[in-house]
Amino acid sequence: MAFLVLVPLLPLLGSALLILSEGRLPPRLVALVGVGSVALSAVIATWLAIAFLTGPDQHVTLTLWQWVRIGAFAPTVSLYLDPLSLVMMLVVTIIGSLILLYAVDFMAGDEGYSRFFAYMDLFVAAMLLLVLAGDLLALYVGWEGVGLCSYLLIGFWYQDPANGLAARKAFIVTRIGDTGFMLGLFLIFTQLHTLQIQPVLAQAQTSWHVGSLAATLAAALLLTGAIGKSAQVPLQTWLPDAMAGPTPVSALIHAATMVTAGVYLIARTHTLFALAPVVLAAVGVIGTITLLIAAFAALNQSDIKRILAYSTISQIGYMFLALGVGAWSAAVFHLMVHAFFKALLFLAAGAITMRLHHEHNIFRMGGLAKRLPLAFWSFLIGSASLAALPLITAGFYSKDAILSAAWAQGGGALLLWLGGIVTAFVTALYIFRAVFIVFFGPAKTEPSGRYSWRVAVPLTLLSVLALIGGLVETPPALGGITLFSRLLAPVFPNAPPPAPVALILFTAFISLLGLGLAYALYWQIGPRFIAWSNSPAIAAWRRFFAEGWAFDALYHRLVVAPFLALVRANRGDFIDQFYTGIAWTCRWLHQRLGALQTGRIRWYASWIAAGSVVTIAVAVLR
Amino acid sequence: MMLLWLILIPFLGGILAWAFRGPHADAPRWVSIAALALDLPVLALACRAPSGAWLGRLNLPWIPQLGINFELGLDGLSLLLVLLTLLLGIVSVIISWTEITERTGFFHFNLMMSLTGTIAVFLALDLFLFFFAWEVMLVPMYFLIALWGHERRIYAAIKFFLFTQGSGLLMLVAILALAFVHQAKTGVFTFDYFALLGTPMAWSTEFWIMLGFFIAFAVKLAAVPFHSWLPDAHTEAPTAGSVLLAAVLLKVGAYGLIRFNMALFPEASKHFATPIMVLAVIGIVYGAVCAIGQRDVKRLVAYSSVSHLGFVVLGLFALTQQAVTGGVLQMVNHGLATGALFLLVGMVYDRTHTRQLDQLGGLASVMPWLLGFFLFAVFASAGLPGLNGFVGEFLVIVGTFAISHWLGAVASIAVVLGAIYLLWSYQRVAYGSVRDEHRGLRDVSAREVMVIVPVLALLLVFGVYPRLMTDSVDPATARVIEHVAPDHATDVVPGVEVAEPGSGA
Repeated sequence: MAFLVLVPLLPLLGSALLILSEGRLPPRLVALVGVGSVALSAVIATWLAIAFLTGPDQHVTLTLWQWVRIGAFAPTVSLYLDPLSLVMMLVVTIIGSLILLYAVDFMAGDEGYSRFFAYMDLFVAAMLLLVLAGDLLALYVGWEGVGLCSYLLIGFWYQDPANGLAARKAFIVTRIGDTGFMLGLFLIFTQLHTLQIQPVLAQAQTSWHVGSLAATLAAALLLTGAIGKSAQVPLQTWLPDAMAGPTPVSALIHAATMVTAGVYLIARTHTLFALAPVVLAAVGVIGTITLLIAAFAALNQSDIKRILAYSTISQIGYMFLALGVGAWSAAVFHLMVHAFFKALLFLAAGAITMRLHHEHNIFRMGGLAKRLPLAFWSFLIGSASLAALPLITAGFYSKDAILSAAWAQGGGALLLWLGGIVTAFVTALYIFRAVFIVFFGPAKTEPSGRYSWRVAVPLTLLSVLALIGGLVETPPALGGITLFSRLLAPVFPNAPPPAPVALILFTAFISLLGLGLAYALYWQIGPRFIAWSNSPAIAAWRRFFAEGWAFDALYHRLVVAPFLALVRANRGDFIDQFYTGIAWTCRWLHQRLGALQTGRIRWYASWIAAGSVVTIAVAVLR
Repeated sequence: MMLLWLILIPFLGGILAWAFRGPHADAPRWVSIAALALDLPVLALACRAPSGAWLGRLNLPWIPQLGINFELGLDGLSLLLVLLTLLLGIVSVIISWTEITERTGFFHFNLMMSLTGTIAVFLALDLFLFFFAWEVMLVPMYFLIALWGHERRIYAAIKFFLFTQGSGLLMLVAILALAFVHQAKTGVFTFDYFALLGTPMAWSTEFWIMLGFFIAFAVKLAAVPFHSWLPDAHTEAPTAGSVLLAAVLLKVGAYGLIRFNMALFPEASKHFATPIMVLAVIGIVYGAVCAIGQRDVKRLVAYSSVSHLGFVVLGLFALTQQAVTGGVLQMVNHGLATGALFLLVGMVYDRTHTRQLDQLGGLASVMPWLLGFFLFAVFASAGLPGLNGFVGEFLVIVGTFAISHWLGAVASIAVVLGAIYLLWSYQRVAYGSVRDEHRGLRDVSAREVMVIVPVLALLLVFGVYPRLMTDSVDPATARVIEHVAPDHATDVVPGVEVAEPGSGA
């Protein structure tokens, strides 16, 4: 199991090699190092997974070194492998390898080719540290590390200032959440005297009782970090802009892995969240609000990547919903399946744009089904999985698990269920809107070029995963396979009760209904519907939705503008004005007193006389 | 004896550097480097005579009539700071290679004198000697700014001089007062640190004398509201001056707080701790807010220093083991990270001849390596975990949090503000499209790589494995805390009741 350290180390070495070679390596070698290091790491991860699952241990801890040792504060850097981190490790390495392989072609000819793979490898290393960390501090290091790589890769094409702005926004907004996370670490350490995850969780069980202030605060602070990283309301605004990065970046970082780190964090510390029912409820509510808001925003985008970005926010909302109702296993299940189909969707979208001269506007596409069959089928399969079309897609099983869990909890969770169902409908509607507009109707831009196997293989493999990847966990009525939840049972012992068959049928019906409506509106009625939706009243609403419910404008008014006004007002540093004032007073006095030195004897004499008179007067009158 | 050589070698080096001025402009540079490099093995030898908690001690009579001795001591804390001084001293000489072309002899004389004074400050255990070294350190810096600085150098130099001399005077008065109080109590007139350590004093006496020391150190440390000399001095100084100011000269303030303020006046320091911590937190946020508004890169980095040094003060006065050690680490980390930033800003200025953010931009495509190094330093400064800036900040806040949740929480706002000003300024320098006149600028030279890479490597090493520092600093800080606050929770663990068990289920 000592080989575990190789899993994050290999990508890190790959990244270091690429950085230090300062872009002198030939592109083939860059690709070999960039993809090879992650692929090798995936092979080792798979091998470790087999060894772990056939072995006797329920978890493995690998302590690497002690970070500092100051009094009782002695955090270590350690790796921890249990079924949960195992799943995450496999998702990161395998999907990472596929996306990097794809990027070999996608990024071909870019002047930052080597830099791209260096950053991507660094990202994979940081992400693996995040999911494998056995210590909250090490987890935090990985957490900030992925944030760094996200920043670097969003601003990858830095000549355009807009990309730099998007990168900065992403880093700063997530850092607001991260600061809450860090405060959570402080609270946990000062209360429980350790940052090792498992001892923290065990001690929280014994020293905090359900609903206690400390547990609530700690959970709430961790949640702040999770919200920022996973782009949930109210810190969701950075993700749509993050699409400024190259498409493989969006696929890997802003869809499949990094943005789900918040879900992982909550799942990892779920026993702590169970001690804070208020916070847990907040998780569910935040998730539901987010998934609704983002779905409506996705419905009104014209940029294909922004559709997918809002869709990601919305789908992570589902994961939060699952966490909120205590369906930990379902949340992680959806995390995995979402990684499959969302990576697929992004890569398919990239496969379209790279053949259409980087055209992102869906209204300038059209008729691509015949012209780009590979991209079409991949995108279609991804969309079907996202829309949770029944039986044949992985997304159906994972989304169904979440909605069933919400239903089974009953009470207030039924509202969450309702939000989830409404969004399931809107999801099918928005993604098939994109499908119909992009792939059918008259062609508006002619594609050029062709795909190599490096694009085809990832798309095919991810398509397969997006279809059958859900068969590891099915409801009792549909075979009752429980492979996934049994795998995670050591981490998440209590599985929610299965849902009634009628509910499954209803969920399936809803997503088909969304598909049907999309077909009716965008394929059958087509232009007439679009004309209607452009009428002033509707268009105003659509703009509001398209701008992500105007959160950016709100924050600008409430936070950014006042803060910048303050900064500008104090540019001269008002404390310095005090010292400048002293200097100014001295100079003023100097001039005034200097003016008395006129050199005229008569003037001096009259002053002496006046002074004497005053002195005598004071002396006499006292 | 090694301790004496530690001071003498750079002193003699400075004199030689001046002597070798003349036709060969590079001679003073080589002499300075040789002297500083020679000091490194001397420092290693100096550690080899441990006595008690001290790695090395030396006591020679100097002016015995007045109870003044030439007394030096080296412990884990001063070792680290002397090492930092030598390292950045060498860096400063190398970085001035192309920037300083006039009067190189006198320049290096001043540089070496300032370094000599700084090393002496870190070693002095006699208060008179300490004050003497303090002045030796500051006056040459005045010349460095006034003679080799940028446009407003005279203004900046005079401001620097007034602030530091004003506060130095306060310190002198406080030192004399302490010596007289000690004489009144014990009949012995002495400036010996160890003799003065346990001086019994009325509380109010202790408080006023402490305040004299504190203000002197706070001005040197550029603590808000005494910070405003720093942006001007930093901005106008030549690169070597900025690096030295940031990396070393500011640190003597913090060093003084630990070695003298807290050790000599434990009671007053403890009682005064809360207001100082509040002031420190205000400084942390205020410095960051000021930094965001700056248009001049050097001013921006200077204000970021104000913010980062607030963490030092906060850590020292939180008086928990983690916070004090964190404060010391922050001193070193700030020295390295901000030193690196000033080096890089200097390199950019060297090529573009502007420090105005709105006249830069797009440089990443012209000088990818230089801006890559810059990015590294920016993230170290922003406290990215894995790099050194994080370690000090994290320890300070975790230690403060145990004392006061609110102060810890407010201080951590700086983490967000730091990201704002650093990334924003980096973007305005590196990203966007390049201006026509900046096309074709050359990337880093071999000499520059030689200067910057070791510093950046340390940023990484201390971030990944901070025990390299903490293991030597920890005993020294533990002693201070035990002395100042023996009853105090020296560790966060014995537990601060934070949250009462709540309302229950």
